Amino acid sequence: MSHNPLLDLETQEDDRPTSFVGSGAAVRDTTGATLAGIRPAEEILVPDVEDVVRGSASHHQHGSDPVVSQTMVLNMGPQHPSTHGVLRLVLEVDGETVVSLAPDIGYLHTGIEKTCEAKFYNQVTPLTDRIDYICPMTNNTAYALAVEKLLGLEVPERAQILRVLLNELTRIQSHLVWLGTHAMDIGALTIFLYCFREREDLLRIFEAISGQRMMGSYIRIGGVALEPPAGIYDRIRSFLNDFPEHIEEYEGLLNANPIWMGRLKGVGHISAEDAIAVGMTGPGMRASGVDFDLRRDMPYSGYERFKFNVPVSNGCDVWSRYLVRMQEMRESTSICHQALDLLATMHHQPLHADAPKILLPDREKMKTQMESLIHHFKIVTEGFQVPAGEATSSVEAPHGMMNYYVVSDGTSKPYRVHMRNADFANLQALETMCKGRLIADVVAVIGSIDIVLGAIDR
Amino acid sequence: MADNPSSPSTSSSVNPAAHPASIFGKQAVFEAFAGHPAIVSLEQLITDAKWDRQELTLGVAPQTILDAARAIKAAGYNFLEDVTAVDWYPTDTPSAPRFQVSYSILSHSRKERIRIVARVMGESPHIDSITSVWPAANFYEREVFDLFGIHFAGHPHLTRIMLPDNWNGHPLRKDYPVEGYR
Repeated sequence: MSHNPLLDLETQEDDRPTSFVGSGAAVRDTTGATLAGIRPAEEILVPDVEDVVRGSASHHQHGSDPVVSQTMVLNMGPQHPSTHGVLRLVLEVDGETVVSLAPDIGYLHTGIEKTCEAKFYNQVTPLTDRIDYICPMTNNTAYALAVEKLLGLEVPERAQILRVLLNELTRIQSHLVWLGTHAMDIGALTIFLYCFREREDLLRIFEAISGQRMMGSYIRIGGVALEPPAGIYDRIRSFLNDFPEHIEEYEGLLNANPIWMGRLKGVGHISAEDAIAVGMTGPGMRASGVDFDLRRDMPYSGYERFKFNVPVSNGCDVWSRYLVRMQEMRESTSICHQALDLLATMHHQPLHADAPKILLPDREKMKTQMESLIHHFKIVTEGFQVPAGEATSSVEAPHGMMNYYVVSDGTSKPYRVHMRNADFANLQALETMCKGRLIADVVAVIGSIDIVLGAIDR
Repeated sequence: MADNPSSPSTSSSVNPAAHPASIFGKQAVFEAFAGHPAIVSLEQLITDAKWDRQELTLGVAPQTILDAARAIKAAGYNFLEDVTAVDWYPTDTPSAPRFQVSYSILSHSRKERIRIVARVMGESPHIDSITSVWPAANFYEREVFDLFGIHFAGHPHLTRIMLPDNWNGHPLRKDYPVEGYR
């Protein structure tokens, strides 16, 4: 119990990906990695809005000098520009110091999980785009993987590699949005313009591939929607060749910037134990020293074929989250290069699983072959039946672990679709990170956990 | 099957090639996964089990969910990923209660996840909160409470999280219309 769980994880770095079997670490008691024995769970629980208000009232002492002995309840959001959407925070502040803080969410709740239950499996894909709208391709992938698991579909290698390529481009795109908005919150507007310049290139690439800049619905059950257009790989390659220089450009503006360092270093501290206890995942967790990345540790969609490093930092603060994400963009660039190399060798391979009763037929075939026309008609009007059961897919999204839990009752509509988005759990870390710090630090911390309210509220 | 329960061998770990596509029933899963730490730690609590689509699902009685959470955490499953529910309306018998609460739990060291499910009856559904074991369950349990109306006993702030406080009904229940009440 007393050993440091982080060291355990680090020692496993080299025996990846599946060699944990028999390594002896598997049965070790890792409860030391959680809250047990460190501090009571109550201390780390995020309060509710009412708790904060009640807390403030109880801290109010009727005395001779009310200003000194009172705390104030401050409302922030849901329309505040630094809350990245519609997050509302209710803070109890003592002067400028945060005493407690409660996130109030739900302003963007659109009932997507309920809507999914009334749609055919294929019709759910466009809804998944709109959950975490900064990384739609990742959502598509996670949903497709879950349904493919239920159907037992085998996706061709080329489609898998294409998915990896698009997922990594999406990660770069998402991290660019994060860096731009995070820096803008701190006051560095130039970075925002630079980041969105590169993001625009990526969105144009997505548009060329899927027909849409953001809501592409390109990754479908059983493969991808279309053959990518001619010349697109060269275009991606030229973007990737230029991109490392751009990262250096951003770092040139930020790394030695005294304001940036002053606002980020030592701010928003969360220990590895607390990060695990509140369910934090993704770059935030890795910046607290927990070396776990689904792409490497529980590979999906052919990630085991790629060579990449998982950036980890032990800083636990906003600055380390910045460093980890910057490094992740470099790693993603390298994965994309590898994916393009692999794709160049497999032009002849199909992009869809071989399942005519599940996947829509080729347009040309549909117009010329009777059987394809029948399949097309049946799939569009009646959907396809999925064997009863439940399946969970898990992918490493730009914000952290994204799971799709799909339950089927054997009909052509999903019985239940549940999305576990990293943002929802990451938000629970906000109070731990902000307690005892200044109000201005809250803005820096929100930027560093990189939340998307669409993914939180669904 | 494992010679030494303290060191996992290939037979006790989730190795898809070593198992058939699906195994249903407590006894069959126990035999196939003898020595698996999750099964060893929950042996007394498991009421049902299945290995389906390369996922291990262990059913426990709702009264024992806290014990199960503590035991599975002690067995090395250190990370609570998700808490959600499924409404099997109109099924609601003591042998097949209406709500299924699903807990998805990951082990960072074993690189493996398991699902623990507990079925609760439809009449005033309630189950113990596991926030004392994993604070991460806080928002997830509030979400399930909000959208399914399942009460989590011992949860520190069980209030609606997505919907307004004066909302009528629990939308993810199957007897709640998709279009809502108009």
